[in-house]
Amino acid sequence: MQIKPILAAMRHHKAGTVLIALQIALTLAIVCNALFIIHQRMARMARPSGVEETNLFVIRSDWADKSDPQRIDVQMQADLIALRQLGSVQDAAPANSFPLHGTGWDNFIKLQPDQVKMTTDSAIYFSDDHTLATLGTHLIAGRNFTASEIGAQQPRDAMHSAQVIISKDLAQRLYPDGSALGKTIYVSMGNKPSTVIGVTDTLQAHMVGSWAGPYAYNAVLVPARLLNDYTYYLVRARPSQLAAALRDAPKALYAQSRMRIIDRKDGVMTFAQVRQHAYERDVGMAILMGIISVVLLAITAAGIVGLTSFWVGQRRKQIGVRRALGATRGDILNYFLTENLLIGIGGVLVGAVLAIGINLWMVTQFEMARLSLGYVVVGVIALLLLGQGAVLAPALRASHVSPVEATRSV
Amino acid sequence: MFSYYLELAMRSLRRSPGLTLLMVLAIGFGVAASMITWSVFRAVSGDPIPGKSSQLYTVLVDNRGPQYNDEGEPPEALTYTDATALVAARKAAHQTLLFDVAPSVLPEGNQSIPFIADGYATNADFFGMFEVPFEYGGPWHASDDEGRAAVAVISHELNQQLFNGADSVGREITMDRHTYRVVGVTAHWDPQPRYYDVFSGNQFGDPVQLYLPFTRAVDVAMDTSGRNNCGSNVDFGTGRDAWLHGECVWVPVWVELADQAAATSYREFLTRYAAEQQRAGRFHWAPNVRLRDVNNWLDHMHVVPPESRISLMVALGFFVICLVNTIGLLLAKFMRRAAEIGVRRALGAPRREIYRQFLIEAATVGLVGGVLGLLLTALGMFGVGLLFEPEIARLAHLDFSLVAMTLLVAVVATVLAAFYPTWRAAKVQPAWQLKSN
Repeated sequence: MQIKPILAAMRHHKAGTVLIALQIALTLAIVCNALFIIHQRMARMARPSGVEETNLFVIRSDWADKSDPQRIDVQMQADLIALRQLGSVQDAAPANSFPLHGTGWDNFIKLQPDQVKMTTDSAIYFSDDHTLATLGTHLIAGRNFTASEIGAQQPRDAMHSAQVIISKDLAQRLYPDGSALGKTIYVSMGNKPSTVIGVTDTLQAHMVGSWAGPYAYNAVLVPARLLNDYTYYLVRARPSQLAAALRDAPKALYAQSRMRIIDRKDGVMTFAQVRQHAYERDVGMAILMGIISVVLLAITAAGIVGLTSFWVGQRRKQIGVRRALGATRGDILNYFLTENLLIGIGGVLVGAVLAIGINLWMVTQFEMARLSLGYVVVGVIALLLLGQGAVLAPALRASHVSPVEATRSV
Repeated sequence: MFSYYLELAMRSLRRSPGLTLLMVLAIGFGVAASMITWSVFRAVSGDPIPGKSSQLYTVLVDNRGPQYNDEGEPPEALTYTDATALVAARKAAHQTLLFDVAPSVLPEGNQSIPFIADGYATNADFFGMFEVPFEYGGPWHASDDEGRAAVAVISHELNQQLFNGADSVGREITMDRHTYRVVGVTAHWDPQPRYYDVFSGNQFGDPVQLYLPFTRAVDVAMDTSGRNNCGSNVDFGTGRDAWLHGECVWVPVWVELADQAAATSYREFLTRYAAEQQRAGRFHWAPNVRLRDVNNWLDHMHVVPPESRISLMVALGFFVICLVNTIGLLLAKFMRRAAEIGVRRALGAPRREIYRQFLIEAATVGLVGGVLGLLLTALGMFGVGLLFEPEIARLAHLDFSLVAMTLLVAVVATVLAAFYPTWRAAKVQPAWQLKSN
């Protein structure tokens, strides 16, 4: 196949050539970035929470009478006993927040009391001796809290606890070279030391925003019930009894006391719902980018079909002449395929540069990661194949033009 | 001539239905994607109080000092101490302070179960400053703030729920076991983004249900249900009182200043206030204060979610590709009719008429594409809940301006795209066309 005559012919329909190349270039640039965004969002969603999510659910109970802290403490302990006694419930624990919740407490963590800047930031989970079992999170070092270590505090009291359990990632961040077990850290404002008595396996923080990226797996478990205007209860249902537990647990709480409010809409949430809520934006973004990519590829393909068909129609006579002069059907087919490939290559070269340029700009604007070149390579191949596929039908039609056309005028 | 060209256009479009359909689809999808993402973007990035946004300022005072503040920026709200002092100073035309509350509400008569309502503890100036419309009654008076009165303003929606929409002024509601007298019912009011409470992350929160005096809420120890930020080196003692008078920030303060002169003199006052605190030994650093108007504040707090910006840009890129596609297809379509153009030109039609004919044809395509785009946009509004989280999705809606804009954008964009193909068509040499036939 000779390329020269194709190039010569292209010069006669510069505008169409440029338009197809431009469309391929822009499509490549946008689809590469869209796919990259989809990949990033999916990777975010695939992160483990460190929690055994099946059979876990969360109840939020607001105290209707905003009673005094002592009464709240008594009520919370009674609630927990009632929940744990349910046949469908395996375990239950009080909580101020939990992985993926979005809101909660985060404190600066320091290694020295007089440190000016924090070492890192971490979620603070108020816990008791049942918290780890309820979450289904295992200790990889040290021990759990004992029942006698569990205290209670009001939200405006300075938080202090002599013992804490921390997550694996926080332990590694604080003591990269050795075990954090038995070490002293500062997790509260009052500059009082806490000893690390246990290290959990992976445990995600409540923070899901992109700002919290470096802290997403930092968690400190504090052995206390938080006596706030409301509390959460983490409840683990026995295997295959989730539905029953979801029904029984609020009833059991109301039986304990009517002076509480469990919101009908989102007072009780399974962990699956918590996860879905946490990643709503990511799912939406991935769907939108997916739709745009698919429609974009379809429109670009259709555009190529349309314009090539027009060219075939325009050149029926020339094709007839070539056929009459001895060109085979394969030659004609090849001609159009090669022509498209040349335009496609021109387009993807520009497109690859554009794709990287757009990504670099987004990196500065939206804290996005750098586009890996793999995406560009895949995109280039996909668009060249798409172009060849799109041009196939009109090219086949061209190859069926009979040599007789040469003798007809128009 | 217009109707004749329109007829010609329809005939031409019918002649190649595939190509026409392709153009209509491209424009329809392109304009719909742009409009759906635009409707979300305009909702999250709009000016929530046009006409007054440059007169409302949030007040920030650095109570942490250069070692502990956020790269030189003061914290995003004030301490109780600073907020109450600045509001009491009355150095602006109007000033308000607020914090989030979420009391349990018992309807009058105790006949039904309590529920949690979201609202603000604030002062009387709030309502005038933020232009809150009233259905019944009105705001409480400044004397109620001073008298720490048990009064409340409730929203239209809460009034529906509690009193079936009747004029409830003078009636009582129970919040956290305390009784409050209703003095006003607001009409539906929900400015988006909720600029005055970005501090607690409520910029796209559910509509506010009630308001009560700040002084009263503090008296009954109602706790903030919003954000409380203590920074990294605040050694607050223990208990509510220590917290209340400590250095944690949790109270946004807003002032209304009519013009630049007023803003300048208020900034001077703020600097003097911070200098006083320095002299008194509370701050160990030079005054570091900010006065940010509504739009500056929304900008500073990055209220527009990056997802919304990225979606809009990707959708616009998509639309551009659809237009490039349309240029190519129109070019093919117009050039196929070179012979016809040649005949028209030979019979004396000036270039201007060729332009008119083909631009009308393009506009027709654009209009049909716009109508398709409108249908897709309407469809997309149902699906917008899938793409954005509910708090943001509820803001996107199809209104008259969006409908008009969809059609306008489709037609204008298509006509612009048609200029190059039309120019090529008008350049057709009549003699050459006639000869070759």
